[in-house]
Amino acid sequence: MKPAPFEYARPTTIDEAVALLDDDSVVIAGGQTLVPMLAMRMARPDRVVDINNIPELAGIADKGTEIVIGAATRQVDVLNSALVAEKLPLLRKAISFVGHTQTRNRGTVGGSLAHADPAAEIPLASLAMDAEVTLRGSGGERRISVDEFLVGPMMTAREPDELIVSLHYALAPAGGRVGTGFHEVSERHGDFAMVAAAARIELDSGGTCRTVALALAGVDARAMRIPALEAMLAGQKVDAALLSRAVAEIPGAIDPGDDQHATAAYRRRVAVALSERALADALRNAEGGAA
Amino acid sequence: MSTLEITVSVNGNSYTETVEPRVTLVDFLRDKLALTGTHIGCEHGVCGACSVLLDGVPIRSCLMLAVQADGREVTTVEGLTQEDGTPGILQDAFRDAHAMQCGYCIPGMLIASEALLRDNPDPTLDDIREAIGGNICRCTGYVQIIEAIQLAAERLREANR
Repeated sequence: MKPAPFEYARPTTIDEAVALLDDDSVVIAGGQTLVPMLAMRMARPDRVVDINNIPELAGIADKGTEIVIGAATRQVDVLNSALVAEKLPLLRKAISFVGHTQTRNRGTVGGSLAHADPAAEIPLASLAMDAEVTLRGSGGERRISVDEFLVGPMMTAREPDELIVSLHYALAPAGGRVGTGFHEVSERHGDFAMVAAAARIELDSGGTCRTVALALAGVDARAMRIPALEAMLAGQKVDAALLSRAVAEIPGAIDPGDDQHATAAYRRRVAVALSERALADALRNAEGGAA
Repeated sequence: MSTLEITVSVNGNSYTETVEPRVTLVDFLRDKLALTGTHIGCEHGVCGACSVLLDGVPIRSCLMLAVQADGREVTTVEGLTQEDGTPGILQDAFRDAHAMQCGYCIPGMLIASEALLRDNPDPTLDDIREAIGGNICRCTGYVQIIEAIQLAAERLREANR
């Protein structure tokens, strides 16, 4: 199980990297997904473009209205960031479920998003947080929502000549109280989720839900939001009864598959249970309780 | 076939070698440098047997290309011994606690434990489980491995008192 031969490039700027990208190239950042694919020869690129030596691709910056995370920022650095813990708690909670020490030390946030596994936590949390992605290609730069970026299983809106530059997480306007919740069921801690739920709720001063986001992973071709549920909760004072009615929208809104890990019916039940817990946690958290 | 010249510091020694880009770090360590203490288990980033320290933090050497280690510092299980080549405190604790049966996973377990104990001299059971969570052992059921890490932590605290 050894990779087939390829040419290796180590650019030091984003533009140099973009100039090397085409249909027969792949980008390597942390390599936690790409190297196994190379080893199993599921990927046989002509060229591997290593973006680890491009300083502007790594780092976490507070821009006032948003937090910008460079695509090649290591998962461990996001997990240990005081800024992320304070301002993006949902992302932090999600990354605590991603892999193990050894893989988080190399794996990057941009790499997880680019891989777009339907059960992956980073795309899931990013979708729940209405995050955006900046891509740069030969034709210039564009910024799209994570919702537009995620197309299907391991499929994204990235063009072959584009590089993910950064992820953008908008900060909530002052005055609201934001709470988050994240729940997951997997075979072992650190594995991809069988089902995972990420919730984010913003309450106004009177305790009414200003905004509600609920996203699920492992239940469809890509991470997805549940708009019908969100619409039932937004503008309401949410209690346990309303929450139970709202999560009943989930089974009909998702299309999970059967596989060796679980049946579709089981995934539907788990999706409902985890969503209810994640939303309840988010509510309690927004009301000032522990997350 | 294109090759690159790389210089990697391994266990304090500097090595300059010519490698193909497709060579993984673990194959470089084992085949080029004859440092066979680092084991290849699954070869696709699941089992943790190939764990090494890269600039002091644990990574899986089967998931990294050797060319990516150019200019970096690697510590393998061979680097955990004392200067005279005898086992270090951590390795002794694994022996004394009977932490290994077949022993195949142990190089990775030792690297993960070394990283844990360096940052956290008094780990809880959960800290230990989290630290070795990415390392699979198919013999022991992990109980004696965890006891070995607790024993090593205790001895290291004594030694550093």
